Amino acid sequence: MKIVVLVKQVPDSGAERNLRADDNTVDRASANNVINEMDEYAIEEALRLQEAHGGEVTVLTMGPDRATESIRKALSMGPDAAVHVLDDALAGTDALGTSKVLAAAISELAPDLVISGAESTDARGQVMPHMLAERLGYAALTGARKLTVEGSQLTVERQTEEGYEVVTAATPAIVSVWDTINEPRYPSFKGIMAAKKKPVATKSLADLGVAADQVGWAGAATTVLSHSKRPARSAGQKVADSGDGGVALVDFLSSEKFV
Amino acid sequence: MAEVLVVVESSGGTVKKVTLEMLTLARSLGEPAAVVLGPPGTAAPLVDKLGEYGATKVYAAESAEIDEHLVAPKATALAQLVKSVSPAAVLIGSTQEGKEIAGRLAVKLDNGVLTDVVELAADGTATQVAFAGSTIVKSKVTKGLPLVTVRPNSLTPSPAAAAPSVEQVEVALADSDKLAVVTKRVAEAKGARPELTEASIVVSGGRGVASAENFKIIEELADLLGAAVGASRAATDSGFYPHAFQVGQTGKTVSPQLYIAVGISGAIQHRAGMQTSKTIVAVNKDTEAPIFELADFGVVGDLNQVVPQASEEIRKRR
Repeated sequence: MKIVVLVKQVPDSGAERNLRADDNTVDRASANNVINEMDEYAIEEALRLQEAHGGEVTVLTMGPDRATESIRKALSMGPDAAVHVLDDALAGTDALGTSKVLAAAISELAPDLVISGAESTDARGQVMPHMLAERLGYAALTGARKLTVEGSQLTVERQTEEGYEVVTAATPAIVSVWDTINEPRYPSFKGIMAAKKKPVATKSLADLGVAADQVGWAGAATTVLSHSKRPARSAGQKVADSGDGGVALVDFLSSEKFV
Repeated sequence: MAEVLVVVESSGGTVKKVTLEMLTLARSLGEPAAVVLGPPGTAAPLVDKLGEYGATKVYAAESAEIDEHLVAPKATALAQLVKSVSPAAVLIGSTQEGKEIAGRLAVKLDNGVLTDVVELAADGTATQVAFAGSTIVKSKVTKGLPLVTVRPNSLTPSPAAAAPSVEQVEVALADSDKLAVVTKRVAEAKGARPELTEASIVVSGGRGVASAENFKIIEELADLLGAAVGASRAATDSGFYPHAFQVGQTGKTVSPQLYIAVGISGAIQHRAGMQTSKTIVAVNKDTEAPIFELADFGVVGDLNQVVPQASEEIRKRR
């Protein structure tokens, strides 16, 4: 089975994140840039399928130069190779444009299965898997907490508000996963050393046959007009419990008309 | 006035709150028209409620195939409707499925899409809250119509009675809409509690609750307040409470009127999912816990004492 895993480099959600003042894009220069956490679960799921069914796992990333660090990190977990879509004209690309580029790159790789995280920690849009499925004509099995593969038949348990749905489809398909699906492995020392030698193919927009005016600032279908920091919440009243903390809590709820 | 399409979310014949919020928002943008996407018979029990909140029209796109396949048929039906009525905007709930429908629709119409919108002005300027509630972004769709997903609990729904006409919409699906087959839907027990993302009050427990068994004190307080129960990632990872109830960066984002964090330190992971709550109350034994930095009211103490006492006190005052 040929598997492509989508990996996005994002600013670490555990640290302060900012948009740039000049062009309203994510400030990557001042951020600690890491693999989107949910994508680690996607990589793990791909590796488990490879271990069970054979085949190859390729990491696909679209991003600037520095995304190379995240690609090597992803490869250190075990995938065989990576494709890095890298082009200056990609700056300013929105979700719709990103889906054009990734769909072109996936078409070229012609996998049986694409696995992604259910969402990225920066945009949290959850739109990409279905955008890609729409463009590629693949089945989309999204929001999975469990994935089973029998031949070319896929079955997922999709998390929903009410519980879960069992959804099936044949390959080619795209599956997005939540962090409930597995426990990602840590890269081994051997894995880290091996990752340095694994092939990373760099693709430009021209290589993929995507016109530059379809992406980037020129092709964007949305624009950020402005941004500001939300005023930080200020700490309110804090009382130490000396036997009547619960009563004090209810007094507060009552004063705010919740009780 | 042009129509504003509101994609209806419902469960068991009941309109979900986010839909009423979107109808309220739609009234400020144009003529609200509700779109029901589901198997035959879905729309009928919803019409009265939709009218109560100002829907002047209800489009019923009903087909068994919509129910049997994941997401794609809904996007196709919606795209056909958008092409035929040329609405002023399309509003969809910012839920997992809502965002997925919006993503497909964006590709079908070659139209920009904005997710997690909390406000939408008549000129199409959307307000989004980004980076765990720390950043406010003003943005706009520049290609096509304003196609946005609206975050639940972003505004207060207010009724404005209308008498909607119901229009059946033909659903013409392609084979590519039927690739993902839903074979089973399983509801997991959450009791009578409100849904986490829609609840006005949420009571969440964290690592400090210390065991699955002890979550009963969280549930007790929640039930007395008519609240939903949430949990921090530390609590769900430890198996104290099911993952479906996780609030945080990798779980649900909630924005209730009142959020009570019990035994939760307030790591960024958790704050990401709750810091736009209107009022925040925290109970934690560690006076240095970062959760107190955003709490309007905090009790430093043992949650095993404070929480049952609070529950008891609420009972007494009834």
